[in-house]
Amino acid sequence: MTEVLHETRLVVNGVPHTARVPARRLLADCLRHDLGLTGTHVGCEHGVCGACTVLVDGRPMRSCLLFAVGVDGAEITTVEGCRSPDGGLGPVQQAFQDCHGLQCGFCTPGFVTTITAWLAEHPDPTEEQARQAIGGNLCRCTGYQNIVASVLRAAELLKEGERP
Amino acid sequence: MKPPAFAYHRPGTVPEALAALAETGHDGKVLAGGQSLVPLLNMRLAAPAHLVDINWLAELDEVAVDDRAVRVGAIARHARVERDPAAAEAVPLLRQAIGDIAHATIRNRGTVVGSLVHADPAAELPAVLVLLGGSMELASAGDGARKVAAADFFLGPLESAVRPGELATAAVFPRPPAGTGSAWVELARRAGDYALCGVGALVALDQGLRVASARAALISVGPTPVPVDLTDALGGQPHDAADWAAAGRLAAAAVDPEDDIHASAAYRRHLAGVLTARAARAAAAHALTRQEGAA
Repeated sequence: MTEVLHETRLVVNGVPHTARVPARRLLADCLRHDLGLTGTHVGCEHGVCGACTVLVDGRPMRSCLLFAVGVDGAEITTVEGCRSPDGGLGPVQQAFQDCHGLQCGFCTPGFVTTITAWLAEHPDPTEEQARQAIGGNLCRCTGYQNIVASVLRAAELLKEGERP
Repeated sequence: MKPPAFAYHRPGTVPEALAALAETGHDGKVLAGGQSLVPLLNMRLAAPAHLVDINWLAELDEVAVDDRAVRVGAIARHARVERDPAAAEAVPLLRQAIGDIAHATIRNRGTVVGSLVHADPAAELPAVLVLLGGSMELASAGDGARKVAAADFFLGPLESAVRPGELATAAVFPRPPAGTGSAWVELARRAGDYALCGVGALVALDQGLRVASARAALISVGPTPVPVDLTDALGGQPHDAADWAAAGRLAAAAVDPEDDIHASAAYRRHLAGVLTARAARAAAAHALTRQEGAA
């Protein structure tokens, strides 16, 4: 059986894309296979691990629990879109480097997207709030301590960036 | 893991959605937020031939608050209802319970109505709807609409009263009477996991700040939410010194949990007692703040 293909438009990190995909194509797979954006990682594929988290119209969502056709027309931000305007590391990415917030790095894209969106609404977090904010993302390397530190460091970097 | 192939329908109006569901019948499935359905598809535990995507039906994206109830349309996300100040003021139990649904990322996409239709025995919102005596609005092509009371809606684990061809268009959460407080308490091994046991409580105080009535609904301790009337244990007692443990004993006696890999039946029964006592006490304290706020 040949599957029906659906033309799907996505604006990913500000760049418009069109993909022809079967209805069952998960957004995570569309980003990786159809658009070649392999920064988004696919872990558990049932919404538990958080590695595939991307921002859909600014809100963190599991890209393994969305069909690409289901978000036709949406603006998607992946980890590739969390860099700074000059192409270097964005504030959350820089904080992960500063604080050793990753080891193998597999889970990191989901953390970076989740934390980027969360800090926009919570610019001055406590450690407890930072810990809760990453509750939906699993990391098997770090024990989370350095990721919590990275959240707090990213908040500092964002504030420094706002200063004239 | 990849979902099995399906035919994708994207209706632009509710009548179009109902027509698609009528046409596909047993082979059709509604796709709302997909936070429970898509995992089932990815693991190939479900393989519907047709998916009817209702996310494009803006008319179902509503949270309406009036003097009687909060009415939540079929594609209103958990996060939206959780953040809605009017909904939280009218029915505080909504915000109290929704905060314990999975993680914020899941709540950004998952829907209130979808969670109710999914009828997971560990889900929070079915207990909220039962406790408040709410109802579901169902629509279908031809026959039109019907309303099902919460008490008749949850039939078993993952089984609700929605029939093939029907679409749940809204859930109605009635305001509790004045002087009533509420609380949600649950225990999970990690924040965001399915609750080993969860309890919603409603406590009404009389003018002398004594308990006039008290009720609870429990999750993860039966095939559907378990409602328990706690008034026999707490009625007539002071709002800050009632026999909360007696309320817990009533709840523990009312549930019939099963063993599974997460907890033994005995432990779940123990939790039912402890968490019901905590929830009732918190609801009484909340009732006091509601009365003070109204005065």
